[in-house]
Amino acid sequence: MTKIKDFIGRYQLSHLLILAALLLVVMPLAMDIFRLNLVGKYLTYAFVALGLVLCWGYGGILSLGQGVFFGLGGYCMAMFLKLEASSPEHTAIQSTPGIPDFMDWNQLTALPWFWEPFHSFGFTLLAVVIVPALFAFIIGVAMFKRRVSGVYFAIITQAIAAILTILIIGQQGYTGGVNGITDLRTLHGWDIRTDSAKYILYFINAFLLIGCLFAARYIIKSKLGRLLVAMREREDRVRFSGYDVSSFKIFIYCIAAVFSAIGGAMFTLQVGFMSPSFVGIVPSIEMVIFCAVGGRLSILGAVYGTLLVNWAKTSFSESFPELWLFAMGALFIGVVMAFPNGLAGLYQSYVEPRLQRFKKTAEPLAPESETEVLTPEEIKPKQHAKDTESAAGEYSHAGN
Amino acid sequence: MLETNKSIAQKDFVLSIEGLTVSFDGFKAVNNLSLYVEEQEIRVIIGPNGAGKTTVLDLICGRTKATEGSIKFKGTELTRLNEHQIVHAGVGRKFQNPSIYEDLSVFENLELSFPRGRNVWGALTFRRDAKVVAKVKEIADMIFLGDKLDMNADLLSHGQKQWLEIGMLLIQDPELLMLDEPVAGMSVSERKQTAELLQRITKDRSVLVIEHDMQFVADIADRVTVLHQGQVLSEGSMERVQSDPKVIEVYLGH
Repeated sequence: MTKIKDFIGRYQLSHLLILAALLLVVMPLAMDIFRLNLVGKYLTYAFVALGLVLCWGYGGILSLGQGVFFGLGGYCMAMFLKLEASSPEHTAIQSTPGIPDFMDWNQLTALPWFWEPFHSFGFTLLAVVIVPALFAFIIGVAMFKRRVSGVYFAIITQAIAAILTILIIGQQGYTGGVNGITDLRTLHGWDIRTDSAKYILYFINAFLLIGCLFAARYIIKSKLGRLLVAMREREDRVRFSGYDVSSFKIFIYCIAAVFSAIGGAMFTLQVGFMSPSFVGIVPSIEMVIFCAVGGRLSILGAVYGTLLVNWAKTSFSESFPELWLFAMGALFIGVVMAFPNGLAGLYQSYVEPRLQRFKKTAEPLAPESETEVLTPEEIKPKQHAKDTESAAGEYSHAGN
Repeated sequence: MLETNKSIAQKDFVLSIEGLTVSFDGFKAVNNLSLYVEEQEIRVIIGPNGAGKTTVLDLICGRTKATEGSIKFKGTELTRLNEHQIVHAGVGRKFQNPSIYEDLSVFENLELSFPRGRNVWGALTFRRDAKVVAKVKEIADMIFLGDKLDMNADLLSHGQKQWLEIGMLLIQDPELLMLDEPVAGMSVSERKQTAELLQRITKDRSVLVIEHDMQFVADIADRVTVLHQGQVLSEGSMERVQSDPKVIEVYLGH
């Protein structure tokens, strides 16, 4: 099981910079705005997958309800945009002008109290981060302080996703129901539907994602990252080394929630609506699949995995829409059985050794590009045989 | 009576257990047990299977909550504290099976046990400075793993894993060290080394050991407590305990 540390050690800055260049330069140059906007949409899911790398891959906490936080972030942003789109002038034909159209259809005559603060953009930005973090904190305290973990935690998070979906759909007058919050137009008068706005939003999204990647990298490389690995393996030992295990679990779960929420808010901005179909069980599980395909121990893998699966989904469902869910299920099982470390694992086992051989012949005695804080472990010899051997076993313990 | 006990506890004993009872669905695994451990004493607990030895350690370190009774460690009541608070109070515990982080290196295993940065913020801002490195090396030398710092912990032998876990406790510098079968599964030479190690590390602390290997017990114990059915059957020096007819009855009569 040496590979976990290999993953941590190999978060070289260069890999992150390559991804940054790909997102910020190559994609915008190579694609028209329609395709780029699509990539931007996929990248909002990568925030969720990144959060899952931290809390599932490292912390061993499998959450099947990350759509909840994606949705909360997205809905907070959508509420602000909807209020701006529902100015009395725009909604003059309604029986109660100045409230969102779906409220009018549902015979509401005044804006509900919890919608009021979303008139303020500052409040909305805070709410995008704080509402999901607070919700995750409450779930975390309720679950982790009671030492609920493994499958039970996964099932409970899934139930929460189902409950929130039902709540949103049921409270149509307050939430827009099954259609969600649609017909979003402007942000402070700036039309978010234009091509130029889509470009700008794509770049904001990409920068935010790269920011989150750096934050995740910092966490993984800190002692907290090693503690997460230790906790996943020997929770009792960590506890009896003087750590309050639940506080670390709550922390990483909240971080994952905040990442997801940022993704959700950027989704709303780029796609122009938010609906319960991004909150429930199916999207939540899809997020886990993105993370697994990318490699659940690789923060960069989360981004590549998300892009790849979504690209496949788009091309596949154009020709065989009814088969996509089966293909997705098969993909998940296949990845779990054959490549438990996903794309990142494949890259590490097959591509990187070759790159290094190439590097060695090209420039012998190349100096280390990055200086580390007193790291005792140097680059380790690869253990292919062992990797594949322990693969199945390792996966099963992730669920515990 | 209680008052005098309390003052004695605070004066002379590092650990004083009084009237400790734990009941699992009516079955009393530990029944009205009282036990006192002095400073710098090596106390070994022996007893047949199911006597409640491991349960006693579980109760002290907070893994199991007592039904009744008190556990005082240097005047602090442990029964009301959480596991990590008990560790902060100065109690370290080694498990029966080596419990180490196999995904991490020996160095990292020890580093994670270093008593600094134990909350979320502390762990995020923890720096591997010279003091940490020096302490890890010092402990690694002590537990015979000085040349294996970079090795992944899963590649260690069983005995080395046991030592590593002892080292992880030592780096916390606990005043009371509890070891559950530290030499189980060790080779003869490893046992000897472990006995030496224990002699060395007990200079500034008290140690509570559960062990079955009688030769090892005789080598290290200051005093021995024999548990039987959750109660103290006999207590004293090894010779005294071995010649106690009640102990002979329990060990041979069943």
